[in-house]
Amino acid sequence: MTSTLTPVRKRSALTKGQLPKAAPYIVVAVALVLGAAIMALIGFNAFGWGIVSGILFAAGLVGWSLFVEGARKAKDKLATCLVVGAFLVALLPLFSVIWTVLVNGLPGLLDPGFLSTSMNGVTGAFDNKTVEEGAPLLGGIYHALMGTLLITVLATLISVPVGLLTAIYLVEYGEDRALARAITFFVDVMTGIPSIVAGLFAAAAFFALVGPGTKTGAVAAVALSVLMIPVVVRSSEEMLKIVPNELREAAYALGVRKWRTILKVVLPTAISGIASGITLAIARVIGETAPILVTAGFATTINTNVFSGWMASLPTFIYTQILNPTSPSNPDPSSQRAWGAALVLIIMVMLLNLGARLIARMFAPKTGR
Amino acid sequence: MSKRIDVKDLNVYYSKFLAVEDVNINIDAKSVTAFIGPSGCGKSTFLRTLNRMHEVIPGARVEGEVLLDGDNLYGPGVDPVTVRSQIGMVFQRPNPFPTMSIRDNVLAGVKLNNTKISKGEADVLVERSLQGANLWNEVKDRLGKPGSGLSGGQQQRLCIARAIAVEPQVILMDEPCSALDPISTLAIEDLINELKDQYTVVIVTHNMQQAARVSDKTAFFNIAGTGKPGKLIEFGDTPTIFSNPTEKATEDYVSGRFG
Repeated sequence: MTSTLTPVRKRSALTKGQLPKAAPYIVVAVALVLGAAIMALIGFNAFGWGIVSGILFAAGLVGWSLFVEGARKAKDKLATCLVVGAFLVALLPLFSVIWTVLVNGLPGLLDPGFLSTSMNGVTGAFDNKTVEEGAPLLGGIYHALMGTLLITVLATLISVPVGLLTAIYLVEYGEDRALARAITFFVDVMTGIPSIVAGLFAAAAFFALVGPGTKTGAVAAVALSVLMIPVVVRSSEEMLKIVPNELREAAYALGVRKWRTILKVVLPTAISGIASGITLAIARVIGETAPILVTAGFATTINTNVFSGWMASLPTFIYTQILNPTSPSNPDPSSQRAWGAALVLIIMVMLLNLGARLIARMFAPKTGR
Repeated sequence: MSKRIDVKDLNVYYSKFLAVEDVNINIDAKSVTAFIGPSGCGKSTFLRTLNRMHEVIPGARVEGEVLLDGDNLYGPGVDPVTVRSQIGMVFQRPNPFPTMSIRDNVLAGVKLNNTKISKGEADVLVERSLQGANLWNEVKDRLGKPGSGLSGGQQQRLCIARAIAVEPQVILMDEPCSALDPISTLAIEDLINELKDQYTVVIVTHNMQQAARVSDKTAFFNIAGTGKPGKLIEFGDTPTIFSNPTEKATEDYVSGRFG
């Protein structure tokens, strides 16, 4: 009987040496202290402290692991450190941008009237007063906000039908014909068009068709649609392509006509992807500056008619406030307005991206029992 | 509510490639006909020509005649949509519409064509079709749930319910059980036996026991080699094909000596 008893051991024979559970935390603490000491020698700054501590942490953890656990585990720890390090480096610029814009933009955004007034009548004299006498900051981005919204909505109204119908033609009717191949080629070329060229094209087209010097929101919308259409075509095309052919055949076999099959089976199946693709295309063009500069000009007053008169937009507002401050001698109020506008623009793009996710989830084919 | 199909001298092409050559076959109304044969011999291709689903593939075309109770499907001016509403089809893999509920899947043939239907009529149609596909008892409490939440066998029966909801004359089935387990397969085979009372059923299958179990007549297709067209080798009563075939190739195939 006693011969079958398992030997009593302290540690399983199947394991080697192991680091204590708290090992990473111990190494972090030591690395931070050591890093601070090293930085104190050569002059302290937070960024360098982080870098030095990170390197010390990786070296310390890998070295300790090599000593206790062996080479294989040490390599595993090294790889983990590298992957996490790369991840942090990739996130750094993103958070840095958001942080900078938040810090610089919030004072402007929280300024009363920033979202509800325009720059109409706000002159350098007011800004000088703000800086020198502490008078409240006047002027806001209402006109630019309206301009951006109107121009983008109009551009979307132009691009979505054109882009979606093109994608439907390519996927459902193209059948690799010469026309379909030509469209695919030119859409690819259009994706690479520099945005200023799109702006020049729209401006030149309206100069020729309507009259020289035609600069309105509508021209800007056309310029933006030139940039937007290829994105919409491409994303919708991909979404339509992944609709299984079996669904089309199932509909045909029920005696459903092709256009009804596309409208009621293919599009509903792909709609979540198409909708989020369109939203991302909007986010892509909403921050365009160059094409709006040459097509809609600048404005300091509210103009809600896209078909007449110059129009402001957030990107061009930022551009002019930085380049030509309202008060050349005291540019601070202008730069505060510009940062505020930048923050608003980033918030809009973020909301659009969130919206895209929400739309994708809302329209996604339902599963469940 | 069922019609016979007569095929005369049918050649099926993919662009220039002759896929199936010179088929002559007469399929009786209210019968089950099985197509058997090795992979790539053109059974499915031929089946798809029987409701003009073949031409959905770019470059595909046919020569010859397919007569549905004497009317040529490929006659001038014949609308393939009319043909398909008379000859339904069930596919190899269950393909319920993922955006629709079970109820809407059954009503798809009606709703997608924008035919007006009252709620009462729709309820009757849904129940009758699901009863006809032996699925009613399993799904009657969750008609509003998505069709993609059903099991594979249930999905396939849902597709059959969808096909019979448009009240076709003929039902074509392209390996309807190849993606299913034995129990679901049995359920579908039972269903085919019941469908025979009302519809003409044509089924493609790789499973010879299945062909023997469900069909009245069996057609054996074969191919001489890669790149050669598939041909109808022998067509006759199922017991004859399986026990006493005329052709040597048929005997070899059904006895498992090749293919």
